[in-house]
Order: sequence, then structure tokens, then C-alpha cells
Amino acid sequence: MQIYLPIAEMPVSVLTLLGLGALVGFVSGLFGIGGGFLMTPMLIFLGIPPAIAVATQTAPIAASSTTSVLAALRRNAIDLRLGLVLVGGGLAGTGLGVWFFAAMRRAGQLDLVIALSYLTLFTAVGGLMLTDSLRDLWSRRRGRPRPRRLGGDHPAYMAWPLRMRFPRSRLYASVIPILALALFVGFAGAVLGIGGGFIMVPALLYLLRVPTGVVVGTSQFQILWTSLVALVLHAIQNQAVDMVLAVILITGGVFGAQFGARFGRNLRSETFRLLLAALVLTVGLRFAIDLIVPPVEPFSVVVAEER
Amino acid sequence: MRAGLALAALLTLGVVPARAETLVVGLSFNRMAINSTYAGASVAVFGAIERDGQSAARSGDYDVVVTIRGPRRSLTVREKDALGPVWLNRRQRKFGEVPVFLAVASSRPLDALADAATRRRLRLGLDAIIGAPELTLASSEGEDPFRSALLRLRKDEGLFIERPAGVRFLSSGVFQANLPLPAGAPVGSYEVEVALLAGGTPLATRAAGFDLVKTGFEQRMAAFARDWSPVYGLAAAALALLSGWLASVIFRRD
Repeated sequence: MQIYLPIAEMPVSVLTLLGLGALVGFVSGLFGIGGGFLMTPMLIFLGIPPAIAVATQTAPIAASSTTSVLAALRRNAIDLRLGLVLVGGGLAGTGLGVWFFAAMRRAGQLDLVIALSYLTLFTAVGGLMLTDSLRDLWSRRRGRPRPRRLGGDHPAYMAWPLRMRFPRSRLYASVIPILALALFVGFAGAVLGIGGGFIMVPALLYLLRVPTGVVVGTSQFQILWTSLVALVLHAIQNQAVDMVLAVILITGGVFGAQFGARFGRNLRSETFRLLLAALVLTVGLRFAIDLIVPPVEPFSVVVAEER
Repeated sequence: MRAGLALAALLTLGVVPARAETLVVGLSFNRMAINSTYAGASVAVFGAIERDGQSAARSGDYDVVVTIRGPRRSLTVREKDALGPVWLNRRQRKFGEVPVFLAVASSRPLDALADAATRRRLRLGLDAIIGAPELTLASSEGEDPFRSALLRLRKDEGLFIERPAGVRFLSSGVFQANLPLPAGAPVGSYEVEVALLAGGTPLATRAAGFDLVKTGFEQRMAAFARDWSPVYGLAAAALALLSGWLASVIFRRD
């Protein structure tokens, strides 16, 4: 079944888009990440103009994170206080990122910046997570689980000034590293056109040692706000949000996210981290292959944006 | 001497018949409306060749070339090259005002129909249109990898079409051409140009045109997004929040 998208100005297959929305929703619900880093490349692959793909994919992300946040609120699996600090830092980072994006576009090196950032960010984050999970699994198999962290076992940056109490996360830490993390995620998100959940989740897990049960809900809370702001800004500035496309992706996404979240609750914490690490690493390696393998078609055509 | 006379007679024959053919051209539509089930269309171009009374009726040796040009946009063609171990976009060429969609139909293969100079001058065929010097700043002499890449990539996408036998003569003076308008062809004004040739000599050209426009829901949606962008953005945000909430109500288990 084909339907014509009024803003993207092209017909698309409804079933393909519903499937895509469901798949990304599943991953998003499972890991508590936005899934933009999967959705954007796939939409572009389907022939949707990049500007419209980047802008419109914020709508299904906002919808699925709304569902996740509501579910987390009911289960009390969310740290609102930590979430608000993250949102504040994230919005400032997004502003910086948008400015940097425009500057690099003027310099004509945006493609390179995007490819290299994807490559370094995804392989670094994915590789770190993978080695950690594998080490975990390995010691478990040998019957000697790694010692759990003790109360006073905090990294030094947690003890910097401006400490704040986050009772839900059992955290008493300086606001500075938390704000810096949110700023970086917002910045990277704006430059790469992603929500940044895949950086936020591991960072909360490993750097801030937030309990696994609270990580997903808190990360989704931050994603909800950044994606909503991005959605409105994209609609105003670029007029690139296609409402018909958004509705189809949302419909697929909400169903996928439900199954993802349910599936995620039955998952052991180690398996969860291993799967997320593998996913992030795969995306990073895909960009590495793009950069290193000689292209079959070295030429590409870019039509100037009319808007 | 006799050979010279014969040549002179041939030349005279070629020039003297002051043929005053005129073309009449009609399209299957002047305005194609896009609705939610639009998935491309097909344009039929009809034409008749009218001869004035004096010229000799010569059938069978007319040639017709139909060219459809879509809305023009400027574009950039980039070439990847190895820099150490990685492949990057290194060189690029900007093109100004290239039709996003191009379709050329002719009654015979173009190289049999007119010589290269005539084709270049009249812009007959994809090679001649893309090879036109005004398209980009770089010289159009010799083989230009950027122009040929543009041609190749657009043909692969189905946005540049060439049909060497796409014009059919229904009688000696009436012809028809059917050209596809793929779903990816952009909204806007399309120019249709019909050229009449005989023995490699251009006789007449005729221009027509049609518009590809959004209608109904599609048109209102696009206008809403353009003219009321803040409201549109907030509506999109509200839609996302509402459907997220709805999903959590529907799937609520605890």
C-alpha cells in the first residue's frame, strides 16, 4: 500500500514504514535509547531527503519515550531530579551543537565530521561496553563474580564541589560531571542528528554508577525533552517535519516499544549490556567500513535544499 | 562537369523546397494533481505536422524529438578519493539550474537523426543537455567525469530517461509519445519541447507545458507546515505526546 508524503513529496510503502517504526521502537523500548541512530540512516536509505528524515524521526522518538516515561513513573523507575539536571545540560549542549553544525557546514566539511564522529564515538563507546560485559561474563563463568562495588568506592570526579543528593539513584555526587555529560550528549546529538541515548545510558551505568533499574527511565525522560524541543525547532526553522510520515512511524513505534520494554524486563543485566554494546559497535563498524572500503560508485549527487 | 551539375542540383533540391512545416502539439494533461495515492503518472504527447500547400508532400522522413524538462535546481556532484586509508569526498563540481527530471523520446536513435553539432546546438538528447556549457563553470570540452557521473546516477534513479524509439508515427503527419513521470519526479512546472527534423535539418520546434501540483489534503498540509510553522511544530509535538500517552493506556498492565 503506497501513500504520498506531502512534505517529503514522494510516495512510500506504508507497510515498510510501519515495520521500520516497529523495529526501531522495539530497540528503543528494550534499551531505553531513542533509536534515532538507526531510524535516520534507514529513512535516508528508503529515499526520504536527509533533512526531512532527521527532522521527522524526532516525532516517533518523542512518542515512544512518552510511553516509556509514563511506564517508568508508575514503576517508580525514574530519577526525576537527575533527569531534570540532565535536561538542563542537554538543552545547552544542543544549542552549542546546532551552532557548530552550521559552522562546519559553511566550512564544507560536515560529511567528514559526521562520519568521523560516528566512527570514533560508536566504536569507542561500543568497544568499552563490550570488553566490560565480556569480562563480566567470563568471571561469572569461572564462578568468581567480580566484587560488587562498595559504598565508598566512587570515582574521584563524583566528589567535586557542588554535590547534590539523588536519593532515587542512591547517588551523592557533584553536579559538574553530570552537567558536562549532558552537555556533551546534547552537543553530539545536535551534530549527528541523534538523541544521544546510546551515550547517555552507558555513561549513567558506568560513569555515574546509577542502578540499572533507574537508568532506562531517566534516560528516556531526558530524550523526551530533547526530542520535543528538536521537533518544534525543526518544524519552525526547516519546515522539514512530515506529519504523515510521523504518524506512520509513531504507529509502528508505539507497538514495537511495548514489546521491547516487556522483553527488556525479562533480560538479565549482563545480557542487556552485552546486546547494547554489540548494537552500538555494529553501527560504528558500519561507518568504518564506509570510510575504508573503496566505494563502487565514487560519485554522488546532492541537490541544493530549496527551503 | 556533369558530376558538378548533379551536385549543384542536389544542393538546390536540398535548399529550395521552402518547406514551411508547422507543429501542433497536445498533452494528455496540463495539470496533474497529486493525491494521497499518487505513485507516478504517464504523459502522452500528441502532435501533428502541418505542411503548407506549396511544399511537396514527403512522408516517412520526418524525425521528431520530444524533451520533457522538470523544475530546475542547482546541485553538486562529489567524488570520493582515498586520503591515506580512508575514502572522503575530495573534488566536487557545482551545477546551476539542472532539471531534476529529464525525459527524451525520439522517433529514431538520436545519433542517426542529426549530427553531433546539431544535437548540441538544439540540445537534443541527455548527452547534449547535460553537456551544455552553461550548466557549470568548467569547460565542456572532452570527457568530463562529473557530467557523465551526473548522467549515470540520474539514469539509475530513473529521473533521466531516454527512449530512442519512443515517438511513434500514427500516420505520415501525426505522432505520439508516451513518457513516464516517476513517483520521485518533483512537484512543479514541466516544459515539453517538440522538435521536428528532416534529414538532419531542424524544421520547427514547439513548446508546451504542464504542472505537477499537490491538491486537497496534501496541499493543505504543505501550506500549513509552511505558513503556520510554529503551530505545525507544536501540533506535531502534541501528536507525539498524545499517541505516547494513548499507547501507555492501551498497553497498561499494572
